[in-house]
Amino acid sequence: MFNLEGKTALVTGATGGIGGAVARALHAQGAKVVLSGTRENVLSDLAGELGDRAVFAACNLSDAESVDGLIERAEAAAGQPLDILVANAGVTRDGLLMRMKDEDWSDVIKINLESYFRLSRAVLRGMMKRRTGRIIGVTSVVGVTGNAGQTNYSASKAGMIGFSKSLAQEVASRGITVNCIAPGFIASPMTDVLNEQQRAAIMANIPAGRLGSGEEIAAAAVYLASDEAAYVTGQTLHVNGGMAMI
Amino acid sequence: MSDILERVRKIVIDHLDADPDKVTEKASFIDDLGADSLDNVELVMAFEEEFDIEIPDDAAEHIQTVGDAVKFISEKTGG
Repeated sequence: MFNLEGKTALVTGATGGIGGAVARALHAQGAKVVLSGTRENVLSDLAGELGDRAVFAACNLSDAESVDGLIERAEAAAGQPLDILVANAGVTRDGLLMRMKDEDWSDVIKINLESYFRLSRAVLRGMMKRRTGRIIGVTSVVGVTGNAGQTNYSASKAGMIGFSKSLAQEVASRGITVNCIAPGFIASPMTDVLNEQQRAAIMANIPAGRLGSGEEIAAAAVYLASDEAAYVTGQTLHVNGGMAMI
Repeated sequence: MSDILERVRKIVIDHLDADPDKVTEKASFIDDLGADSLDNVELVMAFEEEFDIEIPDDAAEHIQTVGDAVKFISEKTGG
């Protein structure tokens, strides 16, 4: 089950905790992976560590032109067309709305949501012709529940979910699925810096009583990328230890 | 003109997996050749690529038959 041999996947934000775990997991299932991110040296190290079937293509997701060209560069680097797109890259610019600057809003929408649109549009051309494909957007639990201080981030993540549902309807007849994964609190450099009190407050809302791991998000990505998930489309798979049951 | 017709027919036959005999100038992509709206979009994109032209959305809406496509492309390429 969930064998990805012969398939090629692009993972954006592969230098981050979740993106790196997703790339490793897809690779472990046999896929060729194209790692993307802004830090070329980190991408190169990860590609080197994975060895065979791993290449990289750097991209600045706030630059529309760079995003529009990424699919072509990724396919050139891999030497074969993409079967799987995992749009995982994202940024936060947290703050209460009353104090939010224009660029805090537009940066987050551009990098999280607009790049998902651009990458999906570009990758679809080949997928349509080949009558198969997997588009996976990594969104967030806050896209559904909301979170004070994250109006921009939660709007971008809710936007990804709505986008995916619409696109799923457009391309379902061509064997292409479009789904989202919504992580809850995942252990990462971002959560490592929380103090005891903040940590306790978060834990109180997670029935599982612990943070999730990047590997647990990656397992969801492997499933959605697989041939076995062909009949699952337009869905959002929540991986959050029970903190929100939707 | 006939060269354009042949190239258009080839794209339509390949893309829709259509019976070549049915792909006449009068054939409607949707009514006669079993295309859906997504196929129409893909055909227009394939014509754009093949003939290196841009087909605006309002023009694309009026390209319903093989003949429509040939006519538009001929005008656009001066063929």
